[in-house]
Amino acid sequence: MKDATAIVGIGQTPFAKQLPESEKTLACRAILAALDDAGIAPHEVDAFASYTMEETDEVEVAKAIGAGDVTFFSKVGYGGGGSCATVAHLAAAIATGQATVGVAWRSRKRGSGARPWKNTTVQLPTPAQWTRPFGLLRPADEIGMLARRYMHEYGATRDHLFNVALACRNRANQNPAAMMYERPLTREMYMTARWISEPLCLFDNCLETDGALACVLVSADRARDCRRRPVYVHAAAQGLPAQHHGMVNYWNDDPLRGPAWTAAQQLWKHADFCPQDVDVAQIYDAFTVLIPLSLEGYGFCGRGEGAAFTEGGALEIGGRLPLNTSGGGLSEAYVHGFNLITEGVRQLRGTSTAQVPDAATCLVTAGEGVPTSALLLRS
Amino acid sequence: MSAPTAPTALTALTKDGLLLPVPDDDGAPFWSYAAAGELRVQACAGCGTRRFPPRPCCPRCQSFDTEWQRMSGRGRIWSYVIAHPPLLPGYARTAPYDVLVVELADDPAIRLVGNLVAAPDAPLGSVPAARLRIGAPVKAVFPVLGEGENRVTVVRWMLERP
Repeated sequence: MKDATAIVGIGQTPFAKQLPESEKTLACRAILAALDDAGIAPHEVDAFASYTMEETDEVEVAKAIGAGDVTFFSKVGYGGGGSCATVAHLAAAIATGQATVGVAWRSRKRGSGARPWKNTTVQLPTPAQWTRPFGLLRPADEIGMLARRYMHEYGATRDHLFNVALACRNRANQNPAAMMYERPLTREMYMTARWISEPLCLFDNCLETDGALACVLVSADRARDCRRRPVYVHAAAQGLPAQHHGMVNYWNDDPLRGPAWTAAQQLWKHADFCPQDVDVAQIYDAFTVLIPLSLEGYGFCGRGEGAAFTEGGALEIGGRLPLNTSGGGLSEAYVHGFNLITEGVRQLRGTSTAQVPDAATCLVTAGEGVPTSALLLRS
Repeated sequence: MSAPTAPTALTALTKDGLLLPVPDDDGAPFWSYAAAGELRVQACAGCGTRRFPPRPCCPRCQSFDTEWQRMSGRGRIWSYVIAHPPLLPGYARTAPYDVLVVELADDPAIRLVGNLVAAPDAPLGSVPAARLRIGAPVKAVFPVLGEGENRVTVVRWMLERP
């Protein structure tokens, strides 16, 4: 599958706390923008992939945009853990001849819609019976628990988490499409912010966004004839570790060794390059603490060194590993990580608003702390 | 040993707006034992390996034969958060409050989510947050939540050295 397929089109709607249009309309706009970007007609689309949490289905989207006969469609579970897997499934389908033009998308009105943790009726009995009655209600609480333990075991501090929040905010301040474009962040703002789930404060949490994004995949052969410079899917992986429990991963021997480790093992096994060769990274940032955990999991540093890795501007432009260069989920938009994929593509096209000079390789990851997925992209 | 019948908890909220556990088939015995004031953990009747949360078969030897082993009820705080709003109304009213993960003294790989309370029937957040620290020894208490037919006994924790 290595380099057999390429992302040739990306599209998105504006990002805002509240957009007037429906999720279905936003999905169609993003998909059509991505197809236009690729120079591919909608009737050529024969594959779709999205998230199980996506509420616009293939039938509705296909008939609205004018897709042709569709021969592959797939949805990936576990919320933001599925983002990169949507591309991975399309890549596998195209590489094995099941389809020729694939569209992956995510459309979500998380900014103006309901907060999922407020709907108690949709909680699954397992593991909710072990957590919800005690007031462990939100992802911020569940990940906050792991964050406190991580800080305790490895000496990570709030300043380390601030390094992550600041890097994302600095990139958003360069990106006119970002929700936080005109909103700089200071250390004082961070240190005096209200708590959400201590040790996580407001700025450790991602945004709440209305918006949609999409990308278009074709074979490497076809990609050469498209409008834009192809961005190749060099390697892809999903990860569900043995004895993993999702975001409440409290019940195995090593709760801080998350799905990133499993995905990473598979990813690097099939890659021609290693972590030290990654020019820029788009790492899923629903919470700041997921960055040090992911840096360890994907092999950018040793176990317990993820927090220290963020020191000295390492995540900024010019640092060891420029991070989330459109602002990420913390400061551009939180659309289940799909904006990390499109920003990875822009970096390798050379069109990011915070361009890493000569970026040729990019790691994109999906939600850590849940069954996850990841992509290695190259130009 | 055969497990007692699971308590019924069809209504998900107490009158104060707290969520009641809604047991599944695998978890039901835990709540029944808790109602009897016992902290028991599912274990494989074949190889003896304990597992949590409960599940149909043993991930080590694949046996479907299970037993419920009684624990001492002693443990240590493995981690904790202090939850602040926005929260469900019943929880927002008592916020900020702590939520713990406790590792059991009998088997540190078995961990339970709970709350630290000043007395068995004390409310969420009844212990000052400054008293919490990772590693602090705690002991299980068994308060009853809910009213009438929706009464469910849960496991919470008190500091061994308050």
